[in-house]
Amino acid sequence: MNSINEKQKNTLFAVLTVLPSVILIGIFIYGFIGNTIYLSFTDWGEGAGLTENVSKNFVGLKNYRELFSGFIHGRFRQDLVNTVYYSFFLLGGTLLFGLFFAILLDRSLKYESVFRTIFLYPMALSFIVTGTIWRWLLAPKGGFNLIPTIFGLPKSDFLWTSSRASILNFNWQILPRYIFAIAALVLLIPMVKSFYQRKTSLKKQISLSVSFGVSLLFALFLYKIFPPLLPYEEMHGFNLATIGICIAAIWQYSGYTMALYLAGLRGLSESIRESARLDGCNELQYYIKIAIPNLKPITLSAVIILAHISLKLFDLIFAMAGADNANTGHPSINMYLTTFRANNFALGASIAVILFIIAALFIIPYMIHTHKGREA
Amino acid sequence: MKKNGLKILTASLMALFLILGGMTFAEGQKEAPAAGKAAAPSLEVELTNEQPTGTLEIFSWWAGDEAPALNALIKVFEKNYPEVEVKNATVTGGSGVNAKAVLKTRMLGGDPPESFQVHAGQELIGTWVAANRMLDLTPLFEEQGWMDVFPEDLINLIGTENGIWSVPVNIHRSNVMWYVPENLDKWGVEVPETLDEFLEAAKKLEAKGVTPLSLATTWTVNHLWESTALGVLGADDYEALWNGDLSWDDPKVVEVWSVFDEVLSYTNNDAASLSWQQATDLVVQGDAAFNVMGDWAAGYMMTTLGLEADEEFGWTASPGTNGNFMFLADSFGYPKGSKNPAATLAWLKTCGSKEGSDAFNPLKGSISARTDSDLSKYNTYAQSAAKDFQSDRIVGSLAHGVVANEGFMNDFSTVMEMFLNSRNPQQAANACQAIAIQNGLYK
Repeated sequence: MNSINEKQKNTLFAVLTVLPSVILIGIFIYGFIGNTIYLSFTDWGEGAGLTENVSKNFVGLKNYRELFSGFIHGRFRQDLVNTVYYSFFLLGGTLLFGLFFAILLDRSLKYESVFRTIFLYPMALSFIVTGTIWRWLLAPKGGFNLIPTIFGLPKSDFLWTSSRASILNFNWQILPRYIFAIAALVLLIPMVKSFYQRKTSLKKQISLSVSFGVSLLFALFLYKIFPPLLPYEEMHGFNLATIGICIAAIWQYSGYTMALYLAGLRGLSESIRESARLDGCNELQYYIKIAIPNLKPITLSAVIILAHISLKLFDLIFAMAGADNANTGHPSINMYLTTFRANNFALGASIAVILFIIAALFIIPYMIHTHKGREA
Repeated sequence: MKKNGLKILTASLMALFLILGGMTFAEGQKEAPAAGKAAAPSLEVELTNEQPTGTLEIFSWWAGDEAPALNALIKVFEKNYPEVEVKNATVTGGSGVNAKAVLKTRMLGGDPPESFQVHAGQELIGTWVAANRMLDLTPLFEEQGWMDVFPEDLINLIGTENGIWSVPVNIHRSNVMWYVPENLDKWGVEVPETLDEFLEAAKKLEAKGVTPLSLATTWTVNHLWESTALGVLGADDYEALWNGDLSWDDPKVVEVWSVFDEVLSYTNNDAASLSWQQATDLVVQGDAAFNVMGDWAAGYMMTTLGLEADEEFGWTASPGTNGNFMFLADSFGYPKGSKNPAATLAWLKTCGSKEGSDAFNPLKGSISARTDSDLSKYNTYAQSAAKDFQSDRIVGSLAHGVVANEGFMNDFSTVMEMFLNSRNPQQAANACQAIAIQNGLYK
């Protein structure tokens, strides 16, 4: 009897301890997310948005439809395309440079700690500082563009963040086709694999082939049934202006991935290296065939940590290119301007919700992954 | 089993908070109007002769270079109303980008300052007057005799048919083109008066390897657009555009965009990475011939660069806008729910007074909105601007918030970016038509 009482007391105590933070998080995080989602379905901000007795009418998905297919929201669509490129280059760049620096330091360099500090130091700066430094370095009439003159070459005239050129342009109208074509390509590999491996169940084989078939069909024929996303052609592509932003972001974060990788490399037992060497493996082969495959979990966590940073580039872009430079645009800047400068609160909320969903796409797989790892 | 139960509990708690969050706020916002309506005070400002006491908080973005001017104005106020303690609340950031966001949270939170700085015209009207959060100042204007000392065009532009909403403290001119006379002589170019003359001169300059027109980041492009639009359309059609009488997809407006496209082709290509000061520097250093910028550029050249007005630099109305004065003004308004009405009133009186504006403007580098100001206190440039202000037709600026609301201004910047990439006049005109409808320009 007594022990049960004790247990209940403990439970009560535990619940009471957790309750305040549950309530606070519930209100200030989930409550506000809920409110933002609700607002994104209203028309708050059309007309006088700041009145005391503001009228908000439920308009369903209108704001989202506007963003993806409205005439004047081309900037938002370009922002989304930019986000894809920002994520891609930020991840690729930081992983490559981080690994490279880690391998350099792993080879028991002299003054290793000095180099480690130097590589890691940019991490300590805020994006505003980084942005200001790089804005100066990338000014069209100075900085990087003067480098060729050291070698007696004419100075470069690339405009960096004010460049208006873009490459790899595609038509937004046929974006769904591209998406389905990519989906078909991605599905092709596991499908072929599933047929060769006897172990896979029939159910899985069928579901894979069906989704592959549907994607392929859509990409090739079915798109004709659905109306195009936009009534007119709208080209989006990779804006060269974003290169400068990517360089600054990579500069800031590659030290961080270096630290992650270095810890990973140090974690590999020396005996692995020894036995590899005994088997006639040279340094390059050791890194490519043995070390890097063993660093897979580190790469994964680095990807998760860095992927959401590409969604938080607001301050870096603001400092480097300014809020009105649409070529380096980012949904977060667009959200700020739409909400607090144009007073269009509902539309701003929609952009925020879209950003939230993209962030969730990165974070949820990570949560599932770590959860699984803990249970096993 | 137990673990699953916990998971379900967490998930349902999260969902509950999400839904509750959405709902509570939705409910709260429905209830507010009843209370707000019952307590709504009369729209017009109530005049009193009560001697003000207590504290007066004035909210502005005048810090740094502009702080001395504001301090001079505050000094005049303190001399006349020694009982009042002035709290000078500034939020820094050019053209008030940050200050405006802070002001919005304060107004929505029910904590308005006694008076706040705002660009006169639609930027105030579209945001705060439409929201019914300002008091009509017409009685004050009548009492102080401001109806006669402020130009009529100006009063029309800062008011609506329901009233006058703010007291302008300064006037800046937006359609000014700057140059260095000596350099123009060297290049053999006359100061152009019309857009055609300008384009001709530009061609000549370009052949000599000089940038004809220097330009900076996006807002200066909008600034150049409004001057070009005024030049192409003329004052009547320019005003019609903002009254909703001239449609944005009218061929005349398409023509504005085509001319603008041509003008842009004579500008420096690194514009987006320059500040307006750097664009002015290009002219001063002789890398560029002209620059269209507001008359704060005069202050920059005289005070910061130490140049002699009318000798080391010269100015004229931007091409095709001779006889028109495109203005923008900072002003102070009277928000509803001011905690110290008598002090707010006293502050507004100071802002509009001859003594106040003649203390403020010479330091700010602007001119007074009053036509009877003491010109001997002003510099060479300001004297010429003040003379034009008294005789010219007065129109409002787009880039600085006189003629269009904040929603339109923001969307216009987006359209401008679109145009800079596509250089398609018809598309830009159509986009403007869309944002004009969306932001209620046609009413």
